[in-house]
Amino acid sequence: MSQATLRVQKISGHAGSVPGEDTQREYTVCKLIDTTTCIGCKACEVACMEWNDLPFGETVFDNSYQTMPETRWNYWNLILFNEHEREDGSLMWLMRKNQCMHCAEPGCLAACPADGAIVQYTNGIVDFQQANCIGCGYCITGCPFDIPKMNPQTHRVFKCTLCTDRVSEGLEPACIKSCPTGCLHFGSKEDMLDLAGKRVKQLRDHSNFPNAGVYDPPGVGGTGVVYVLHDASNPEIYGGLPKNPRVPLSVKLWKGPLKWLGNVAMIGGMIGLFVHYLRYGPKAREEEDLTSKPGGGKS
Amino acid sequence: MSSSEQIIPHGHILRYNLRERLTHWVAAAAYIYLLSTGLAFWSPWLFWIAAALGGAQVSRMLHPWAGLIFFASVWNMYAMWAQQMKHTEDDRKWWKAVRYYSTNQDEKMPPAGRYNAGQKFLFWGFFWSTVALLVTGIVLWFPEYIPWNLRFLRYLSVLIHPAAALFTIGLFMIHLYMGLFAERGAFGSVIRGDVSIAFAKRYHPAWYKEIVGESSSPRK
Repeated sequence: MSQATLRVQKISGHAGSVPGEDTQREYTVCKLIDTTTCIGCKACEVACMEWNDLPFGETVFDNSYQTMPETRWNYWNLILFNEHEREDGSLMWLMRKNQCMHCAEPGCLAACPADGAIVQYTNGIVDFQQANCIGCGYCITGCPFDIPKMNPQTHRVFKCTLCTDRVSEGLEPACIKSCPTGCLHFGSKEDMLDLAGKRVKQLRDHSNFPNAGVYDPPGVGGTGVVYVLHDASNPEIYGGLPKNPRVPLSVKLWKGPLKWLGNVAMIGGMIGLFVHYLRYGPKAREEEDLTSKPGGGKS
Repeated sequence: MSSSEQIIPHGHILRYNLRERLTHWVAAAAYIYLLSTGLAFWSPWLFWIAAALGGAQVSRMLHPWAGLIFFASVWNMYAMWAQQMKHTEDDRKWWKAVRYYSTNQDEKMPPAGRYNAGQKFLFWGFFWSTVALLVTGIVLWFPEYIPWNLRFLRYLSVLIHPAAALFTIGLFMIHLYMGLFAERGAFGSVIRGDVSIAFAKRYHPAWYKEIVGESSSPRK
């Protein structure tokens, strides 16, 4: 397989430098999802299962189009259906294709303690390497989008790969290929943002969506999946798309200040105790010494 | 546990009975495993420890179980020692004089009972840290089952678990230092169970008095 677009720029739980870092610049790839033209046909879901050879899972019927409540370890691409009542009383049926957002600053990767279990390629794709996964589930805590899912049998975590195997061969991800309405696009981040901007302008100027906008949250450094939303001021209505997603503060504190403080305290403590021993030595050299010191007394 | 039965021939006193010693070593074994694997998850620079212990997947699988064993042994310690670990007026005096203790001027210390105030601090520090480690550890054991709207539990746990562990590492280092290096005779006491009368008199005079006072004729 071609490795052209699979150079690594970030590795989870890795001591030392990243091999190949900055040796080659590449386009950051991006998936554009225009929620305003999605019809909820789920072709992308089927294409994802087909290409990635995921088994058919049990679905839930609750009198809605929602076949399952959330993505699963073996179901990486799920359209979320939401009925939203607008202020003027009109109804909007919102459909959002949910999957890994491929954050530029991935919380999963920051939280992962296993060397090489999560990598970020220079093209921006965040990919899980199940062979190195230890099943701790820290990535689940690090992710602000609730995407990584644990396989209960193997205790390895899975999610959308952005069809790394296809992209590395110059193909678009399977979901993109299957979309019948053209609401899915794939290309460089720059091109996708440009296209999204044009679509947003159209929605604002001609379709009476003054709050239309692009969802490319800066809190995670931007994402490799961007949305066009009718109402970008309120992304929560699209099945809980977080307004300002961030790597959780506690994860940052844990991997930042606490780690430094802890390391300094542990190493400092060992040095301190060693120096204390050099300075003061044991409380009594031999057991006999105990009796010869004041306060001891022969027994 | 204070009677003439504690005074054993050749100038020794029984300090830790078999249950106490066994509990200590079960806790020690579990703690050392937890510490090793925990450090492997703590830093990429120490990840090799997990490889040395059979692979990080194995470490991740066994760490929680070792945690349960550790908690059970600490709980047993609580059952045995909680009464003796109560803070007293003498302990307050002990802390005021702690600089003499740390500079080996033990003769200037107020008389300590079976456990001095520092040992009590170690006990309660370990006890409450272990409770915190258990609660947060259960969350970290099954993060995939924590519902999204309770995710704050995961956020708290990833911070509190290592923080509490670091606190116990501080206590553990002091405990090792005292037991292995500073107080000659202490390590033997948790292996064989006894200490010399001189040791008891010097480090735990109030405890010594308690035992000898109840004994009609202390043997030497």
